[in-house]
Amino acid sequence: MEIPYTVAVRPDTGLNNGKIAIWLFLASEVMLFGSLFASYIMLRVGAETWPAGATYLNIPLATLNTVVLISSSVTMVLAWASLVKGSFGRFRVFMAITILCGLVFLVVKYFEYSAKFHHGYLPSTNTFLAIYFTLTGLHGLHVVGGMAVNAWLWGPGSAMWKVDPLHFTNRVENAGLFWHLVDLVWIFLFPVLYLL
Amino acid sequence: MGDTHDHADIDRHVRAAFLVFGSLLVLTGFTVAAYFLHLPTRLAITLALLIATVKGSLVAGWFMHLVSEKRIIYWMLALAAAFFVPLLLIPTFGALDAVSVR
Repeated sequence: MEIPYTVAVRPDTGLNNGKIAIWLFLASEVMLFGSLFASYIMLRVGAETWPAGATYLNIPLATLNTVVLISSSVTMVLAWASLVKGSFGRFRVFMAITILCGLVFLVVKYFEYSAKFHHGYLPSTNTFLAIYFTLTGLHGLHVVGGMAVNAWLWGPGSAMWKVDPLHFTNRVENAGLFWHLVDLVWIFLFPVLYLL
Repeated sequence: MGDTHDHADIDRHVRAAFLVFGSLLVLTGFTVAAYFLHLPTRLAITLALLIATVKGSLVAGWFMHLVSEKRIIYWMLALAAAFFVPLLLIPTFGALDAVSVR
């Protein structure tokens, strides 16, 4: 059975079903991270003392990761725009750069985590580190998930371009929306955890 | 964003994406610079969150096409916000609790 409205616009919503679905998912993600940010505020307001992020965290590395994620959002836009203009070759280049940026982000995060473990800074050390590892760990899992989807669209999933290019372009746009949300969450995590 | 695009639309979108990219880099610079100014805590928090909100709005508005999205998407996000905002305010309600312990 064919899934309806994957390309055609649904008359009642004015959008294809994939777009509606990804936005519903993103709304649930906002609630997920929102609840964790609320937990952070509650823990911080309730604490007698709260360490400055720089006590434990590496600001230059986090700044680098911010630039990497922002750059990957632009290349994601360029990957989608390339498909809309019919250039599959350019799509693959920009999508590869996006995936590579995700990889760089994770490698930097690996070095950050390793340094903390090396110094004995664990989630059980104090409340600040507990919420730091929870928030950045969950965000990191989202980066991994986004990279997996992007890698699939770059590789085996791209076979759809030959048989149904509009459907494939919509899939890339939806993957992009998720990737931008990952970027958006980091934009708030960076100052909240590292700089305040 | 609508589901049909012509090439001129896409070129405009890409140009906007580069402008947003530049703005995000500059604002990231401001965020880090503000940290090294060692401002009072309240001012530092306000400034950092203000810059993050502007950056987040740029990402949501232009990278995620929210500036030109269909109304149903806005309603879905408004519903999420209707739950999200009270969630963020819960700690504030706790801090404002007037019941004192004797």
